Amino acid sequence: MHKVSMTVNGRPVSGEVEGRTLLVDFLRVNLRLTGTHVGCDTSQCGACTVHMDDQPVKACSVLALDAEGADIATIEGMANADGSLSTIQQAFQDYHGLQCGFCTPGMVMAAAALLRETPRPTEAEVREYLDGNICRCTGYHNIVKAIMAASGQEVVPVAAE
Amino acid sequence: MPKDGGIGSSPKRREDIRFLTGTGRYSDDINLHGQAYAHFVRSDVAHGRILSIGTEAAMAMPGVIRVFTARDFEGAGGIPCGWQITSRDGSVMQEPKHPILAEGKVRHVGDPIAVVVAETLAQARDAGEALEIEIEDLPAVIDMRSALAEDAPLVHEDLSSNLCYDWGFVEENREATDRAIREAAHVTTLELVNNRLVANPMEPRVAVGDYAAHSDESTLYTTSQNPHVIRLLMGAFVLNIPEHKLRVVAPDVGGGFGAKIFHYAEEAFCTFAAKALRRPVKWTSSRSEAFMSDAHGRDHVTRIELALDADNNFTALRTETLANMGAYLSTFAPSIPTWLHGTLMAGNYRTPLVYVNVKAVFTNTVPVDAYRGAGRPEATFQLERVIDKAARELGVDPIALRRQNFITEFPYQTPVAVQYDTGDYHATMDKLLEISDHAGFEDRAADSRARGKLRGFGISHYIEACGIAPSNLVGQLGARAGLYESATVRVNATGGLVVMTGSHSHGQGHETTFAQVISDMIGIDADMVEIVHGDTARTPMGMGTYGSRSIAVGGSAMVRAAEKVIAKAKKIAAHLMEAADSDIELADGRFTVAGTDKSVAWGDVTLAAYVPHNYPLEDIEPGLEETAFYDPANFTFPSGAYGCEVELDPDTGEVTVLGFTAADDFGNVINPMIVEGQVHGGLAQGIGQALMENCAYDENGQLISASYMDYAMPRAADLPMFRVDHSCVTPCTHNPLGVKGCGEAGAIGSPPALVNAVLDALHRGGHRVDHIDMPLTPARVWTAMQG
Repeated sequence: MHKVSMTVNGRPVSGEVEGRTLLVDFLRVNLRLTGTHVGCDTSQCGACTVHMDDQPVKACSVLALDAEGADIATIEGMANADGSLSTIQQAFQDYHGLQCGFCTPGMVMAAAALLRETPRPTEAEVREYLDGNICRCTGYHNIVKAIMAASGQEVVPVAAE
Repeated sequence: MPKDGGIGSSPKRREDIRFLTGTGRYSDDINLHGQAYAHFVRSDVAHGRILSIGTEAAMAMPGVIRVFTARDFEGAGGIPCGWQITSRDGSVMQEPKHPILAEGKVRHVGDPIAVVVAETLAQARDAGEALEIEIEDLPAVIDMRSALAEDAPLVHEDLSSNLCYDWGFVEENREATDRAIREAAHVTTLELVNNRLVANPMEPRVAVGDYAAHSDESTLYTTSQNPHVIRLLMGAFVLNIPEHKLRVVAPDVGGGFGAKIFHYAEEAFCTFAAKALRRPVKWTSSRSEAFMSDAHGRDHVTRIELALDADNNFTALRTETLANMGAYLSTFAPSIPTWLHGTLMAGNYRTPLVYVNVKAVFTNTVPVDAYRGAGRPEATFQLERVIDKAARELGVDPIALRRQNFITEFPYQTPVAVQYDTGDYHATMDKLLEISDHAGFEDRAADSRARGKLRGFGISHYIEACGIAPSNLVGQLGARAGLYESATVRVNATGGLVVMTGSHSHGQGHETTFAQVISDMIGIDADMVEIVHGDTARTPMGMGTYGSRSIAVGGSAMVRAAEKVIAKAKKIAAHLMEAADSDIELADGRFTVAGTDKSVAWGDVTLAAYVPHNYPLEDIEPGLEETAFYDPANFTFPSGAYGCEVELDPDTGEVTVLGFTAADDFGNVINPMIVEGQVHGGLAQGIGQALMENCAYDENGQLISASYMDYAMPRAADLPMFRVDHSCVTPCTHNPLGVKGCGEAGAIGSPPALVNAVLDALHRGGHRVDHIDMPLTPARVWTAMQG
């Protein structure tokens, strides 16, 4: 077992892990931050997406020991300081960008990374960027709308009543 | 205008907050004190005899608590099948035992052989590698036609063949249908494959078993769409645990799409092992494991013949289908190609004679069962493909041919047992053509041609049977379960309500929509209504969520329970206001004596129910809590017109979906935002089936699409923005909300529309291609183009 230390959502944390322990298991099991999910075992689905030193990474593809000293951000740290939803989170709710919620943390983390890189992406850029995040519920339609809206662009409101 | 937050409006989903902040509680998020971890060791061959399982080395590995094999389950039953089909000759289907762990033979890649339970998951996996399992390979049967050959190896040696059943429907129509086809002016024949799919909810399956010695109570946390069904099947048929000693909890569940309906061996194992070891036992499926242990979907091979008279009226329809059951019968498997498929073969059309034959076949593959749509996509695909082919052969417009044969009068008794209560197929077709800008298609096609591309437009018009289902009817058809739904409405003293529903939400947003209905009925804020589901200890016996049944059946049960609550509350209000019960009206959260200004608030009445100082105790009991079980009088019949516009690159065969339009009639709609989301998701799955998804086995039974590297899940860039509409409304006539259900429509209507669009593009390009089997990958399309 090895000791590992990092910053998660602004808080210093440390723990004992095996050499083979993945970052996602360190977050979920050691830290009980179960918002980050595991949906596959081939680094395809993106449900485990977190930010490591401001870069989106799939936490199933990073060894916990490789995150030594890193600054990790997870879905649990995405809300505003007062607990209200961040702009991206709020857009996902406003535009019904989630159904079962399982891919959602990864989607939100991917969206946050995209908007940091490209503040006003086109629809095609959003779709292309989400290549590494699979959703089985929404058909992506409302996820794309939510991200476009979160970037401050005008989108058609949800559902004609 | 719908009332803000009530029926017909789109309030934001209340469940989103926890999902967006990482505070959802999925099964894998549950960790119990002293929990051990189970690792399943599975067969890597499709068919083989187990010669020996050496456990000594594994038992000596660090952290190993115990290794389980079939020998540990000698007293347990097999995983039961919930539906019995009777063959044409009157015999019942062949029903092999489905053991928890393989007994003597392995019958598909992924068949569980042994389970290692250890202190950590890594230790369990390590020890799994150390098991010494000797298997003698046997020849495998993968292809259904080969499986039915005289000399085919038997998947189950105690059965007479690999044929599960040979079903005819409606048998009395057989001769008349044959005759009508012989005498028809025109017959169009099509042979097609409905490709095998994997449901792939993003949350893999999980089971956590727990046992409380002090109360002799077992608890299972599981990723289920129907925890009561699991409790009944596992308790009564597998582990012999009475319901009052067994609790099944399905907390937040990350999608289901059918694959989480069924009772699985891992659930029984973890429940059993927790009691045997006196500590909680957890299993979490990996995605690779999910591909070889979650029930698969579809996998039909069909020949369909459509007969028309000289005026292009449909006169008869005959289909013959081989349906793959896989190696064992999953919970509802036998019903999918029969009652959920044959009964829909009339489609939207006045075809007087329909005959359906289905042969279900055992093969050395993962069991096949319901996947979104379950039988109805298979029916719709055949019908909507053969109609397009007939139109091309006859040189008529496929839309006109459909319209000419549409059913227009309701109720309509089909020749395949079901009676449609309402529908307006011309209306949905009109709406589709309007919002897809069908009129502008030729201009867009010319634009594509100018760029060297081929553009095509394809349609389909589906009908499905939802709101499953009248229990007495399905009982006659072989169901071993009732298909009612339940709800308890518990009103608290201060006026808030808890609705405990037998329906289960795994993405559908019931916590929001069910609260909208109650809010409307009583006239109180939806925030005062809590929706509880997914726990057999908290909800009345209910059958769960599948077959687009939640609002139609579960919602109806809730309405009935709420009506009982309101009726009692009115009596209390009448007493408080010294008026007659019949004069009391409830609106906006106040009870009023009709025609007066006398009123009491909802909260005053609920308080009186629990503090009955001034209360008609001689007439009614204190308290305000009612339960209802609702058994539907009929199925519901959503229908709709779907249109797909594609562009095809003739150099590569690559198909791009440029537009997809859905015009549905779901009856009344509770929450348009959620309904549209359901359609979007269904469309993505249907487009996925038609364009890229395929569960493939090689000839030896190796599953060659067992990860997201090999099984093509639709990604964001594969799909367009959808145009969806649900403004055509013919309310269901037999449930209190007039609702029909919307969960499966998208996956049912979309595959034939897409395939029809691609074939339209090919014909416009001069390629006389009659059919291409799904998925329409570039390789398949390009190959077809080469003639």
